[in-house]
Order: sequence, then C-alpha cells, then structure tokens
Amino acid sequence: MKPPTEIEATAAEVENPVAGIDQTKGDFKYDVNYEFDAGTGLTEDTIRYISRVKKEEPWLLEFRLNALKTFLSKPMPTHWATKDLENINFDKIRYYLASGQKPKRTWDEVPDDIKETFERLGIPEQERKFLAGVEAQFDSEAAYSNIKDIVAKQGVIFMNSTEGLREHPEIFRKFFGKVIPTGDNKFSALNSAVFSGGSFIYVPPGVKVAQPLQAYFRINAENFGQFERTLIIADEGAEVVYMEGCTAPKFSTSTLHSAVVELVALKGAKIQYITVQNWANNVFNLVTKRAVAHEEAEVKWIDCNIGSRLTMKYPGVVLKGRKARGEVISIALANDGQHQDTGAKMIHAADDTTSVVVSKSISVGQGRATYRGQVHIPKHLKGCKNNTECDALLINTNSRTDTYPAITVRGDKNATQHEASVSKVSEDMIFYMQQRGLTEAQAMSLAVNGFINDLARQFPMEYSVELKRLIDLEMEGSVG
Amino acid sequence: MSVSSPTFPVGSFTREAFAAHLERVKHLPAWWLDRKRAAYERFAALPMPKRTDEGWRFSNFGALTLAGFSPAVGSELARASAPGFAAKASLTFVNNRAVARTGAAPAGVIFETLQNALLKHGDLVKAHLLTQPSKLGSDKFAALHEAFLEDGAFVHVAKGVEVADVLAVFHQAEGQGLAVFPHTLVVAEENAKVTVADFFSSTAGGFACGGNDLYAGHGAQVTYVAMQDWSRDTLSFQFNATVARRDAKVLSLNLHAGARQARHESFSQLQAPGAHSEMLALTVAHGTQEFDQRTLQIHQAPNTGSNLLYKNVLLDTAKTIFSGLIVVDPDAQKTDAYQSNRNLMLSDDAEAHSLPGLEIQANDVRCTHGATSARVDREQEFYLEARGIKPAQAKELLVFGFFEEVLGKIENEALHDTLTEIIRQKFKE
Repeated sequence: MKPPTEIEATAAEVENPVAGIDQTKGDFKYDVNYEFDAGTGLTEDTIRYISRVKKEEPWLLEFRLNALKTFLSKPMPTHWATKDLENINFDKIRYYLASGQKPKRTWDEVPDDIKETFERLGIPEQERKFLAGVEAQFDSEAAYSNIKDIVAKQGVIFMNSTEGLREHPEIFRKFFGKVIPTGDNKFSALNSAVFSGGSFIYVPPGVKVAQPLQAYFRINAENFGQFERTLIIADEGAEVVYMEGCTAPKFSTSTLHSAVVELVALKGAKIQYITVQNWANNVFNLVTKRAVAHEEAEVKWIDCNIGSRLTMKYPGVVLKGRKARGEVISIALANDGQHQDTGAKMIHAADDTTSVVVSKSISVGQGRATYRGQVHIPKHLKGCKNNTECDALLINTNSRTDTYPAITVRGDKNATQHEASVSKVSEDMIFYMQQRGLTEAQAMSLAVNGFINDLARQFPMEYSVELKRLIDLEMEGSVG
Repeated sequence: MSVSSPTFPVGSFTREAFAAHLERVKHLPAWWLDRKRAAYERFAALPMPKRTDEGWRFSNFGALTLAGFSPAVGSELARASAPGFAAKASLTFVNNRAVARTGAAPAGVIFETLQNALLKHGDLVKAHLLTQPSKLGSDKFAALHEAFLEDGAFVHVAKGVEVADVLAVFHQAEGQGLAVFPHTLVVAEENAKVTVADFFSSTAGGFACGGNDLYAGHGAQVTYVAMQDWSRDTLSFQFNATVARRDAKVLSLNLHAGARQARHESFSQLQAPGAHSEMLALTVAHGTQEFDQRTLQIHQAPNTGSNLLYKNVLLDTAKTIFSGLIVVDPDAQKTDAYQSNRNLMLSDDAEAHSLPGLEIQANDVRCTHGATSARVDREQEFYLEARGIKPAQAKELLVFGFFEEVLGKIENEALHDTLTEIIRQKFKE
C-alpha cells in the first residue's frame, strides 16, 4: 500500500461508521497510476477514447458525439444562474481517469490504495451493517460492487452503468435518456457525452428491497471531472431505497462533478433516493436528477447538501400516472465561499397527483443558499395538489439567501400552495440557552439543529445523527 | 458566446414621428427635451426583450407588437361619465392632451398638467419625474414612454399639508390604433398626506404606455389608486416607481380590468428607516386577457416594511403572471417584508403563473412570501346555494369576499365603491 501524499484528516475520524457526511473525512488523496487517461480538454477524440476504452457499441459512441454537439451549442445558463459558472475551465478538466480495474466483487480483490481510501471512509463497515448492496466509484469507474445474495436471488440487478449497458441492454436502453434527454440542459448534455460509472438498478415486479442499496462516489484526482450516470428502475409494485454519498479531497484547483440520475417508478412502485453530499469546497457540483412516477407510484428525494463550492441541483418528479406522488425533502447548508443553489421540480401530468416540497437552508458566514422551484399543473387535470414550504435561516449579518419559485396552474380543479420564510435564530432563544450554561456556539448549534430537526428525522438514523454532528462542526467559529 | 439581439421594431414610432412629437412640445424646458431625445435613442438602440429573459418568463410574446400604432395627437371628446367617480378636483386627458379640469387645487397643493408644471415648477418636476431606473425588464418600453410622453398630471403637496379629498385624473383614449402615454407624478413633501386616483379608459383598441412616480418625503402618506379599464383590445404597459423616505407610508392599489394584454411593473424603494410600502392589486381576468405583473420591493435602510398582496380572479381562458421580488440590502436589518399572490381559478382553461422571489442579504429580518392557486371552496358555494342564492350570484359573492381583504384597505368610501362597481361590471360582461 502506498502512503497517502496528503492527509489532513486524522485517524480518529475513521471511527465514524457512516460515510459521506463528515466534511473532514474525505480530505486526503492517494497517488494513483492511472492506466487510462483521456487527457485534458474535451474534443471528439476525448469521446472516441472513452468509448474505445469502454469497448462500447457504435450506437453509444454516436449518442455521445451528438451529446457533445449539444453541449457545445448550449450557452452557459448565466442569464439566470450564478456567473461563477464562467470560472469552470472545460479545457483543463480531465474527463476520464481509470486504473483499468473491473469492479471487484470481494473487498480483498480491491487494489490496496483504493481499498484504503474506502476503508478510511467506512464503506466496508456500512456494507456489513445495514446495506443490501454497495458500489464504490473511484474517479471514473466503479472499484467495488457487491450485492447481497438474498437480494440478488430476488432478481434485483445492482451494478455500475458500464456493466448495465453491457449485460442488460434490453432494460437499460429502454429507459436510458428517456427521463432526462441529452438536451435537457448544458450539463446533462456534458454528462451524456462523457459519462462513466454510476449505478444501474432494476428491481423486478413486487420485490421490496428491505435494506438500502448504496453507492459511494469519490473524486481522488486533481482537475478531474466525474460524470456518473445512474438509472434506477422499480418495476410494478417494487420498492427500493438508494443512498449515495460523495466526497473529494481539497485541491488548490477546482473540480467538476456533473451527474445525471434517472429514476423510473412503474405502477405502484416506490423509490426513495437519499443523497448526502459533502464535496470539498472547490467542487462545482452540477447535477440533473429526475424521476418519472407512473400510476400510484411514489418517488421521494431526500437531499442533503453540505459541501461544494457551487451546487446546482433541482431533483424533480414527473407525475405521469394517476395518483402518483412526488416528494422532495431538502436540507442545504452554505458556509463561507459556498453557494447551495438547490430546489425541486414537480411536473404534474395526470389526475389526482400530489407533490410535496420541503426545503430548509442555513446560510453561515458569507454562504449563500438559493431555492429554485418549479411546480407545473397543465390544462384539464383534476385533483392535483402541491404544497411547498421553504424556510431559510441566516446566521451571520452577511449571510445571504434567495428564493425563486415558479408555479403554473391551469384549470380550476387543482390547488397549489407555496410558503417561504426567512429568519434568524431568535436572540431570546440563544439568551435562554446561555443562561443555562451553554456557550453561544453551542446554543446556536442547538437552535440550527432544531430548525432542521423535523426533516433530519426523515433520514436514516445513521445519517441523521451524523448530520447533527456536522452542523455542530459547521457552526464552530461562525458565531460572533 | 453571446448573441446580440435585434432591436425591437419601432413600428410607427419612427424618427419622423418623434420629430413631430418634439415639435408639439418644443415650448417645454430644454432639459426635458434633451432627456426625451436621449430616451428615444435608448428606445431605438435597446434590444428587444427575449422570451428567454427571466423578466419575461411566461409572457405571450407573439402578441407584443408596436406595428399599427401611432402616437395620438389629441381630441376634445372627453367622456364625461367615464368612470362614474365624482371628484372635487380632477384633470381629464384625452389622447395625450388635457381637455378639462374641475375644481381648484386645495391650499398648499399644486395640481396641474405636467406641461404647465414643467413650465412653472421645473425644478420640482425635474427632481422626481422618471428619475428611477426601469428595473423589471421593460426598459425599452419605458424609454418609449419617456420619449413620447406629451402630458400628464402633476400633484405636489407642500410640507405638512393634508388633503382630505381625492384628486382624480382621468386618462381616456379615443380612436383605433392610437398610442397614449399617460403619466401621473405625485410628490408629497414632509408630513404631507394625499390620495390620488388614476382612471384609464378607452373606446377602441390602442396602445397605452403609461407611467407613474410616487414620492413620499419624510413622514408623508401617499395613497394612490389606479383603475385600469382600457378597451378589451388594447395593449397596455404601465410603469410605477415609488420612493418612500423616513417614516413615510405609501399605499398603491392597481385594479386591472381592461386591455387585451397588460403588463404592469411596480418598483418600490424603501430608502430610509421607518418607510413602509403597501402594494396591492386586484385583477379580474376573463376572455383571452393576459395580465403580466412584475414587482420589486427594495429595502435599502433598516427598520423598513413592505407588504404586497396581489389577488387575481381568472375566468375563461385568461392568463395571469405574477413575478415579484423582495430585495433586502445588507444594511437593511430589521426589515419586515411580505409578499403574497393569490389566484382564484374560476375556469378549467384559465392559467396562473406565480413567481414570488426573495433575495435577502441581512440576517435580522422577517421576510415571508406565499402563493396559492385554487378554485372557490365548494362547501362555501354549497352553503350559499342551500340558502337560496343562485350559483352565479354565490360565485360573485365569494369573489368579492376574496377581494375584500384588499378593497377593505381603501378608506375613501367613494373610491371603494367605484372599484367595486368596475369589478361588478366586469362580471356582467
């Protein structure tokens, strides 16, 4: 095993059993001799290289090349989004880095340096404890992928997207790019051009996966772009919970993460997708996530954004079947130098569909939290309902928050309701707690945890506990 | 890569038309003519707003055209009974020209045509007329308004003077395809109090490109009510700029009833501690009407307040857009701001868009907003019908119940009744 070249985190942090949410935990990297490197910059040659290395079929290369054209033709969306996007230098990014590994099925087979990375992050412990399957992606490709026998025997497919394309093309191609078309936005086009890795899950009809499946995404290399592509299909009456965690070490240069996640919940299916994102503070995290919910299906996005320099992510649900239900539960914490530009999209496309959005954000120091939402109820639908609540908490005098919802309703048989509030922690509350012996920072942490408590309780317990610890960490030194 | 937009077609608002307009107002002060020339150049040079511009989201762009309209050059045909509001003091404008006035201005009040005020009170007018930037997307059309503005009303209330009666301004347009540019400028000096009402009406399809400036000095109270009832095939733009100084209170209410397509932009600045702005609007949208409402509340000083309440009732295939933004500057601690858009849907084909926004840069604030879209509560309808009230009447009662939260803020009984009557008439159409 090679020694780490840069370790800022201490060994004590490895004690933490849950990966993905401790901000300091991911802050180390290993030197890796990559066997495959597409070099810097993005041209047709980059794409041909990726496709060749991955031994893809011609249709996929064609798909990627068309996506590149779309990406190049689309302007940066700075007419509504932050100008910080202009600081991404696409010519300096490395679009594919891999060590030539196939994903290993047992932990012992994983190369030592990569294994060490994930062990530091606690992945094996999680797998043993409560996961039905785990996939760990290191830069462009999955390093480790496993699914428990009991789940595999039920016909559940859980593998990375590269394998999914190769081994189950009949399922993969049917849904791939259908929820989020290539041209949906500039970054979905980028992902379509250079995607690599990500998860592919198929749950057969009626199968309820009792334990969560988890993917873990790790950026190790500097100036790197990670573009995973995830596709989850829950067939009729199936149920699955999927969790993803993300980290990257701190580099002096910024890094790009631009994923596309497509979920398909067929009739009566339930998908819960939990993200705990804790990228380093120089990662541009520009992600497109959308689900289609068919008749009586339910999709719930639980989204927690702590890290990154800029996150732009608006998980959405297209409520395509009657009585489909969509929900987005979101917590964002923006500290100094961070902009959490998050939100939700609910597109009602059938009668009696319901959607709920609950978003809470905390801005600390000069952090900026933005909520952007879209609720759309088109013509001649009936019985559709949406309820949106977004609350922002501002900690310091120079913190900032924005809210930009867009609600479209047609017809008189539907109802929408949107409420948002901006406030600071009550001085009375802080005073009360200080009177009882807490320091101001402790009191503030307690108040902030109280602010998100009703949402945090919806997280799996391990995440919920860690989230609270993380907020304590973020609040240190932020008061006064 | 940025793509430059083509300039918006100037339609009949050509250099020749502008030269003819300048000829008509050449007796006015040179500074004002210079500003008009600059405004025309801005109008000609500014790019056409694009469908993708955030400030034009959801707007029906296809119907926006200046082709076929030409500046109206006056008429003597004032419709005496137009809005049915009897004011002790009023000014009437028809096709950009002052044609009548009733009553005298109370002591301490200048209530004049803008042309007279430009000649007699140039400094006062210069300090406040169109001095606020257009910030809500229609700078091209705001420039057109300034370039072709021919006449309007000027209200100036001296320090400490309280005006009990409503000062009324009637703007009428006559003739097909004519463009009018109404403007009302209200300046209330320290601790003054005044209520001004604008009435907009016309008999034929045209283009109305109007504006109003409201300035409330320290401790002043300004109430402004605009009743827009242009003919049903009019294209209407209206720009409002409100400035509230220390401890000033401004209440503005806009009733949107007429026009084929109407865009209303309202920009309120709370410039000093204690300033408060109440921004109200009622819209009855029916047929194929489109009402596009864009608002901006900027809190620039600590301890300021604003309250926006826009209520829309939608029938037939009508469409409303509400896009509002509360901005709290970093120094504006203790801001208390609220913004609400409520849409009552009375038809399966009506369409409502709500975009209530917040941009908050100070932390010790209370800022909230809300938006709802829903139909009339069926249980309430049933309750009324079960007591012998016919369904149409029950619906009307519920609509007035919905509007009363806004109407109830108008203390002047005659104004309240006129507003109610215009809404009632609309339901009879």
